[in-house]
Amino acid sequence: MAETATLDILRYRPEEESEPAFERYEVPYESNWMVLDALNHVKDRVDPTLSYRWACRMGVCGSCGMMVNGEPTLTCATYLDEVLPGPVRVEPLRGFPVVRDLVNDLASFVDKLKQVKPWILRADDADEPEREHLQTPEQLAEYKQYSMCINCLLCYAACPIIELEPGFLGPAAIALAQRYNLDSRDQGARERGDIVASDEGIWSCTFVGECSAVCPKHVDPAGAIQRYKVAATLDWLKEKIPWTGR
Amino acid sequence: VDRPVNPDYTRHHPKWYRPRTPIFWWLRSGAYLRFILRELTALFVGYSAILFMAQAIALGRGPGAWAAFQAWLGHPVVLAFHAFVLVAVLFHTITWLGLAPRALVVRLGRRRVPDGAVLAGHYAAWAVVSAAVAWLLVGR
Repeated sequence: MAETATLDILRYRPEEESEPAFERYEVPYESNWMVLDALNHVKDRVDPTLSYRWACRMGVCGSCGMMVNGEPTLTCATYLDEVLPGPVRVEPLRGFPVVRDLVNDLASFVDKLKQVKPWILRADDADEPEREHLQTPEQLAEYKQYSMCINCLLCYAACPIIELEPGFLGPAAIALAQRYNLDSRDQGARERGDIVASDEGIWSCTFVGECSAVCPKHVDPAGAIQRYKVAATLDWLKEKIPWTGR
Repeated sequence: VDRPVNPDYTRHHPKWYRPRTPIFWWLRSGAYLRFILRELTALFVGYSAILFMAQAIALGRGPGAWAAFQAWLGHPVVLAFHAFVLVAVLFHTITWLGLAPRALVVRLGRRRVPDGAVLAGHYAAWAVVSAAVAWLLVGR
């Protein structure tokens, strides 16, 4: 392996240029470096104007998602070794406007997330429960997978529908809606259904399945959406069939 | 240092860059291409259903119509096209059935039926239906 690694980083400085362009950087090769370490080297030693987001360096905060060699990647959880030989192409996440360099504007996601009300909704004791709502390990297992989401938005960058239909709620927001719908303590599935089971929700999904393939936390948002489709169809059928008593 | 200046830029005013989605976005990765092929081959599934109905109608019209239909089916161009249709339908069926366990969560009591069993169930159903159709067409 060479002593250095080459990075092609997409730079966008709106005050200087109207379109992004790649710039090439040489960094030392270290076998224990993550892609993020290479970016930090560029920022610390080569060009301090390089902008990108990161925080925890341990795959928990979900800040450092970028396109690496065209694949949505959590840069703190991907060895430089895995993406070499270079030049390693580093770009901002797909599907979101670019603010500067590798920084995306994620406001559209935050807005979508709020719409699905990702918190426990109760019909009966909304404000002050008299006691805690108990849950068995089996009931926890029912939704735990979907609760692992770190909002890194790799799934949005992997989803072609997000680009083609910007109104689509998207994989993470729907998986998080499902996380609460499947929670035995929650009673808000019907309320969330108004938005999640609409045209801009699950029915925009064509099951490309890449959201689940790139998810660093194995949340399987594609599976969540398809399960939701089955449940929504059964609900609709029950409403149409008179003797089910709805 | 002299840096270039973007004349369209207003100071302190964000100027987002929004990339356009190329028409050929589905050529970006093998996964996207497989997805597009899975969706497009659904057309041939529909075609097969119509073909099957046409065959049944020809059968209902009597021996003459049936013989003409069989002759059309035997034409080399039609045969070649149908060989392609078969490949497309098989591709669609296999990729489609492969997705089924992701959408279907089947429970027996408190245990979730493993994905492999759900998949096997779909293939078994496919085999049974295919055998029934084959029996209808040639077995009798």
